[in-house]
Amino acid sequence: MKASVLVFPGSNREADVAQAIELVTGRRPNMVWHGAGDFEKTDLIVIPGGFSYGDYLRCGAMAAQSPVMAEVKKRAAQGVPVLAICNGFQIAAEAGLLPGVLMRNENLKFVCADVHLKVETSQSLFTNRYQAGQVIKVPVAHAEGNYFADAETLKRVEDRGQVAFRYCAPDGAVDGTGNPNGSIRNIAGVFNETKTVLGLMPHPENAVEPMFGGTDGKALFEGLVEALS
Amino acid sequence: MTIAVEKNPPVKLADEPEITPQIVAEHGLAPDEYERLLKIMGRTPTMVELGIFSAMWSEHCSYKSSKVWLKKLPTKAPWVIQGPGENAGVIDIGDGQAAIFKMESHNHPSYIEPYQGAATGVGGILRDVFTMGARPIANLNALRFGEPSHPRTRHLVSGVVAGIGGYGNCMGIPTVGGETNFHAAYNGNILVNAMTVGIASTDRIFYAAAAGVGNPLVYVGSKTGRDGIHGATMASAEFNEDSEEKRPTVQVGDPFVEKLLLEACLELMATDAIVAIQDMGAAGLTSSSFEMAAKGGLGVVVELDKVPMREQGMKPYELMLSESQERMLIVLKPGREEQARRIFEKWELDFAVIGRLTDTERMVLTWHGEVVGNVPIPPLVTEAPVYERPWIPTPLPAVLDASQVPAPKDWNASLLALMGCPDLASKAWIWHQYDHLIMGNTAIRPQDGDAAVVRVNGGHKGLAMTSDCTPRYVQAHPETGGRQAVAEAWRNITATGAKPLAVTDNMNFGNPQKPEIMGQFAGAIMGMAEACRVLEFPVVSGNVSLYNETEGRPILPTPTIGAVGVIQDIAKAVGSRLTQGGLAVILVGETRGWLGQSLYLREVCGREDGAPPPVDLAAERRNGDFVRNQIDARRIAACHDLSDGGLLTALAEMCISGGTGMEVALPSTDIPSHAFLYGEDQARYVIATGTPDEVLDVARGAGVPAVLLGYSGGESLVVKDLVSLALGEIKTAHEAWLPSYMNAPE
Repeated sequence: MKASVLVFPGSNREADVAQAIELVTGRRPNMVWHGAGDFEKTDLIVIPGGFSYGDYLRCGAMAAQSPVMAEVKKRAAQGVPVLAICNGFQIAAEAGLLPGVLMRNENLKFVCADVHLKVETSQSLFTNRYQAGQVIKVPVAHAEGNYFADAETLKRVEDRGQVAFRYCAPDGAVDGTGNPNGSIRNIAGVFNETKTVLGLMPHPENAVEPMFGGTDGKALFEGLVEALS
Repeated sequence: MTIAVEKNPPVKLADEPEITPQIVAEHGLAPDEYERLLKIMGRTPTMVELGIFSAMWSEHCSYKSSKVWLKKLPTKAPWVIQGPGENAGVIDIGDGQAAIFKMESHNHPSYIEPYQGAATGVGGILRDVFTMGARPIANLNALRFGEPSHPRTRHLVSGVVAGIGGYGNCMGIPTVGGETNFHAAYNGNILVNAMTVGIASTDRIFYAAAAGVGNPLVYVGSKTGRDGIHGATMASAEFNEDSEEKRPTVQVGDPFVEKLLLEACLELMATDAIVAIQDMGAAGLTSSSFEMAAKGGLGVVVELDKVPMREQGMKPYELMLSESQERMLIVLKPGREEQARRIFEKWELDFAVIGRLTDTERMVLTWHGEVVGNVPIPPLVTEAPVYERPWIPTPLPAVLDASQVPAPKDWNASLLALMGCPDLASKAWIWHQYDHLIMGNTAIRPQDGDAAVVRVNGGHKGLAMTSDCTPRYVQAHPETGGRQAVAEAWRNITATGAKPLAVTDNMNFGNPQKPEIMGQFAGAIMGMAEACRVLEFPVVSGNVSLYNETEGRPILPTPTIGAVGVIQDIAKAVGSRLTQGGLAVILVGETRGWLGQSLYLREVCGREDGAPPPVDLAAERRNGDFVRNQIDARRIAACHDLSDGGLLTALAEMCISGGTGMEVALPSTDIPSHAFLYGEDQARYVIATGTPDEVLDVARGAGVPAVLLGYSGGESLVVKDLVSLALGEIKTAHEAWLPSYMNAPE
């Protein structure tokens, strides 16, 4: 699997995701600068976490207008898979690649903590190594991860099975206890309609080694390798 | 005294005021210091020249009250590459890698404007470290606030924590450790001490000493605005009721720009274009250009009209003294300007050649072609005021015998009270606002061990890091307190299995012109120096913050010790969490039941008196080396040093963080139970092991006191005949205080 990781001014988890991809594939991904209008053919595009453009205006709003994102939209439309993590999720939502928006956390504070996620489906490029209903533990680190969509969008997203992950309690109960940011219906990650674009707030790339946060995030990358190689 | 020959006397600008005694006083220069200035200059200075002297001779930049004492600290060891005097200290950690680190205070600004004050404190210390060629890999911070009931405390906690998080999170550097205390002595002067640790190649370390006459002086980063003018002078004065008016002297940070600056500098550092580099911190362009030229034995011409400016109408005086953030000064090799410019333009940062090096040993400032300042460099350094301030040693208070301290009426209640008291209560509310996981290298997280342990990229090595000080001990007896702060930092690194290597110190004290305050400073230094020497734990960098007083009331003397150690195989590192049953729980080190200045005394008995626990450095070393060797031999599953709150709170912390209970009994001794369980004797650890016989054998052979207390298991903490508490109950007491304090309605 050949992956490309976008780099914006202010991106700061691009090295983390590149390291995770290299760990799983043995191959360093291609790092793509935000000014690039075009970049080499790739099996997977990753929009990493960080504070692109310093979160000025609105998280992800400026990056969504960058030259590289015009190209990403084009390729996503052709079916190239896109993994958008944290600030990447915010950028992808701003760019219209994914439904919904990410608002300030309900308590208005940055939160960095391990959370539990319930995997909603194993039927996707990204989740094929998980079981539907499985509970995994990965960290979050954000101030604007409070997912919201209007009732109509939400219904469509739920009806079409576009919810990828929900925050949950360690035993899998989807209730208020495991939700770190106030996301509506505990939504932590969503797909686009074709399930070729995944946006999620948690950081699977920081859960790929036993000593450093556990390994529950590794299967996401392994699943991608299996599907895309 | 050297009087340099001046070829180009400066012009006085049209709107420049006459220098009056009042203007001199406003610049924080004492009358005799101004006399010194006149002798050096041989004439009345211009405003910008006065500003330069004011900044360079401020306590903050010149260390004039502390210098004679700081010299007493040991600074050398075979692994020290660079000791104090540069932007940060540098130590060799093997494999061609160096750890570069420093701690610095941002106390005064953080009290006036907590968010920006704390944020720019983090920004400043990050720049100190990446200026030297290191990529920062971790941040820590040591915070001291006033008593929780003080009307400002909550606002300050909230702002400082948000500011530290806001800056570090955006920079993408994990904030992995630190400490937070509360005491009424900090009501009017909080302490915000920030520490950064970075990694560089030993053959690519960058220094500030300029070299090469004619080489270009380059300004990069943000534009210069009017913020932070006189910050260094403010940081060198006491607070009073007008301090609120000093808000404009607080700088405003932009971590996004600093992130770009970090990446751009590291990109330029990967080439060979740089001769010297220095960040613009306190006293901005003045101290950076001055220090670079002084360290290189050169002169410098700065064309101030070339400085990128944020506002119109800025004057030379403002440009030289602004403390606008996220700026660097670089001396490039000749002809490398375009190569460097391309890198900074790629990162959308300002880049301007603003001057060049000369052989005159003078700092000449020009403004649209006219000389507006012309100052000889060497005498500003050699003739800088240095004070041997009078000092009175602090007498050792009477030792408090355990028989003078009552045992708790209700043991369970006393433990819950301690676990929930502001100083011991969980600080999770704070560190969950810091990204402590970014970079994917955090092996031991906040609260999971005595020190944070972070992997060094590209190998199996880890760095352990911590920050420590027990101000109430230092207040009671500075020498003992100074010794203890160093010993505890050493112990905390040791408790993870790492070898302690070096120290950065952040000396926070009151007004040094008061002999009793200077006595605290002197005592603390003497204690620290002895501990650093015996533990082979040299000081490689540091910072002094004096005048931490409001309306004449000083803070507790707080020499914060930041420390770094290395563990060659990070897989061997241990934390303090007790995660499995059936392990033997062993107390290492001698217990005498020292209750003087203990948290038990303060929180349960409502007293703050007695002598602090003595520190036997030979025992520290013996016991610590034993523990580290046992960790290296993989015999230890969890390890916790004993400090605030003594044995019982340490046991409770191990249980609740790991979710496993224990059942222990006190050894038979004539020490009263409350002194055994709450005494704060030093040089002690609790270890959990599956092989107690081997561990106890080795201890006996090494002459290290070690006693089996009991075994892990169950869901309660039980001390035979004394304590029996469900872990959930302890956890609730421990975790509830800070969030409920911060979220309470106004």
